[in-house]
Amino acid sequence: MTTVALVCYAGLALAAAACLLRLVLGPTVPDRIVALDTLLYVVVLGIAVAAATSGDGSFLGVLVAAALLAFVGTTTVARFVERRGGE
Amino acid sequence: MELREVLASAALLSGVLLAVVAGVGLLRFPDLFSRMHAATKPATLGLLLVVVGGVLLADDAGDAAKLVLVAAFQFLTAPVASHMIGRAGYRAGTGDLEGLVVDELDEAPPPQG
Repeated sequence: MTTVALVCYAGLALAAAACLLRLVLGPTVPDRIVALDTLLYVVVLGIAVAAATSGDGSFLGVLVAAALLAFVGTTTVARFVERRGGE
Repeated sequence: MELREVLASAALLSGVLLAVVAGVGLLRFPDLFSRMHAATKPATLGLLLVVVGGVLLADDAGDAAKLVLVAAFQFLTAPVASHMIGRAGYRAGTGDLEGLVVDELDEAPPPQG
């Protein structure tokens, strides 16, 4: 189980690095929203993998909150961009 | 390893693989809409696979219930969030609008407020 966890963390780190790169490169605000949204899901996946492989469920509350925050944040910024333009 | 652990490992690793694929897609796809296409993979199927892996490994029914709750919320909210980003990108003029086959937002009323 430890090997599986390590491989999972390595993959998630790669994905997070790619999301961060897209977040920095942009070029427009909607692109950054998508990158940030995906980054938050990578974090959610990481917490879920940690909980699953360690058998410790104490962080599952954080998981629920993070998944809902991803939705609220994305929706809010998308509304903002729709009114103000994406540059 | 027993069967339960093998299945759970396969589910976890496939879910993480989808996250890696999404990262590659985010970097390599050329415009907003194709990047969104890549980004939805870990948000739906990826999360579902990891949740399945977690539920298979969970010793406590409460932990399994929380994981299922996350998946349920996710399947309710992901389409709404994608719709909002897509429309925002369209109205902000970002993304490859020349490549659209159908453009129903062109006939939609302008945004309120």
